[in-house]
Amino acid sequence: MRNTTELSSHRLLKSNKNRKDSELKGNIIVKSSAIIIITLTIALTVFLSIKGLQSFIKNGINPWDFITGTNWNPTSETPSFGSFNFIFGSFAVTMLSALIAAPLGIGGAIFMTQIAPKWGNKLLRPVIELLVGIPSVVYGFIGLSVLVPFIRNHVGGLGFSLLSGTIVLAIMILPTVTSISTDALNALPKNLREGAYALGATRWQTIKKVLIPAALPSLLTAIVLGMARAFGEALAVQMVIGNVSDFPNSITDTAATLTTIITLNIGHTTYGSIENNTLWSLGLILLVMSFIFILIIRFLSSRRKI
Amino acid sequence: MTITITDTNQSVSNPTEDQRVVDKEYILHVENLNIYYGENWAVHNVQMEIEKNAVTALIGPSGCGKSTFLRSINRMNDIIPNARAEGEILYDGINILRDDIDVVALRKEIGMVFQKPNPFPKSIYENLTHALKFAGIRNKGKLDQIVEESLRKAALWDEVKDRLHQSALALSGGQQQRLCIARTIALKPSVLLLDEPSSALDPISNAKIEELILQLKKDYSIIIVTHNMHQASRVSDKTAFFLNGDLVEYDRTSKIFTKPSEKKTEQYISGQFG
Repeated sequence: MRNTTELSSHRLLKSNKNRKDSELKGNIIVKSSAIIIITLTIALTVFLSIKGLQSFIKNGINPWDFITGTNWNPTSETPSFGSFNFIFGSFAVTMLSALIAAPLGIGGAIFMTQIAPKWGNKLLRPVIELLVGIPSVVYGFIGLSVLVPFIRNHVGGLGFSLLSGTIVLAIMILPTVTSISTDALNALPKNLREGAYALGATRWQTIKKVLIPAALPSLLTAIVLGMARAFGEALAVQMVIGNVSDFPNSITDTAATLTTIITLNIGHTTYGSIENNTLWSLGLILLVMSFIFILIIRFLSSRRKI
Repeated sequence: MTITITDTNQSVSNPTEDQRVVDKEYILHVENLNIYYGENWAVHNVQMEIEKNAVTALIGPSGCGKSTFLRSINRMNDIIPNARAEGEILYDGINILRDDIDVVALRKEIGMVFQKPNPFPKSIYENLTHALKFAGIRNKGKLDQIVEESLRKAALWDEVKDRLHQSALALSGGQQQRLCIARTIALKPSVLLLDEPSSALDPISNAKIEELILQLKKDYSIIIVTHNMHQASRVSDKTAFFLNGDLVEYDRTSKIFTKPSEKKTEQYISGQFG
């Protein structure tokens, strides 16, 4: 006889008694962490958007003039808020530092994974990972005390310059680019390399024609992550770039970036004032840019699966 | 070669066989080959001759040294740190284990296909042309011609001719493996080394690979490592049985599988160990 339909308790049925306390605890911890992270991100975005838009809505600054204007003079009788020079400065140091760090970083990663994997992994790798952890103020200080006088004496200008900012940033993002590139190259299937060698490829042909193309999406991700870090860096750049709101006419000219203007001025402007509000707007531009960097990274990493 | 068997020869136990042994051409002569991984002695004093335009199967349990032996023939062991080979492998009159051998040139003549299909993450066409470009061929017409020829030889042309410029990774495992074979024979090697070429494939793809091996035999000397006894007996002319780094027995495949001379071989083939 089949009389099994209405059993209300059975060892195979779900019941609260069977669910262990630890299971419940784990569930709560994980879920609440997720909720906190999501809430924080959304709150930050909303807050920065509201604050950043104040200068356009409340103070009536034209957003187009704000982005494209080249005259930044918030304290004069007729204040003007043109932030183009800072946007340009941010992009200039980011691009130039990526231009230096990308070939060096990827080259270093190739050396560590393909040419000298033995001491590359044992010695070079830990050193580079250590460099990631050095605080940016240290980079800035070294830049200030070594690089700035060097450029002043040997290249020209005041020493405080776009060039100094670029070099300091390039050194700062180099470990990031290198270590992510190393991971990317290490993650390539081993048989890809064997396949190329078995076809009579030389080591350089294998690297150039097979390994780099195969790892390209991840290598680009490494560069973009480095750029994102360079774009957002404030302290080290501020110490060497000169922080002058004029448009830099040459690479040895002083300049400013979005981040340096914010860190320099946010402390001495009155909360709610027009000048303070425009700094928030600069912050909003930074946020939008980092979203764009993340989108680029997402796009690049999704291409990897093809 | 024609062999006339006459009644007078009947006193010799098997005249055709004896005759054949004398007249066969050999492509590789292996003399006292020892291979070490650091302290580990992986291949012991192997002595064997590989026939030209024939299929030689290497069988034996995992870790018996057969793959190591195979990889030493095109110096793939060079990639492995602290692997070293002693002895001689004579190919076209030269010991290919010499230090001053140009391994890049050697690997173009002794090609290798691996257990897991490893096409480059590129189009089918580029998978073939890459190999050719490594060899310095750049003329577009010539490339196209070799691509078609090689894919035809690898029995893949009809399946992929309409999508040569699509990703090779979209092919099935069996097709990928045939692409890897096509890529290797595009370089017109004289020896093909196959390291368990169909162990990762389904039975139908496996059958296609075996059919292909039998066809390729006309133009190439093939050495195949396999775990599949049936495969060895179906495709090979000669079989070598390795055990713990020793070459236990090496003979015609028909003999190895019907009346092996060594007890160990018989036990292995009948599935008593391994």
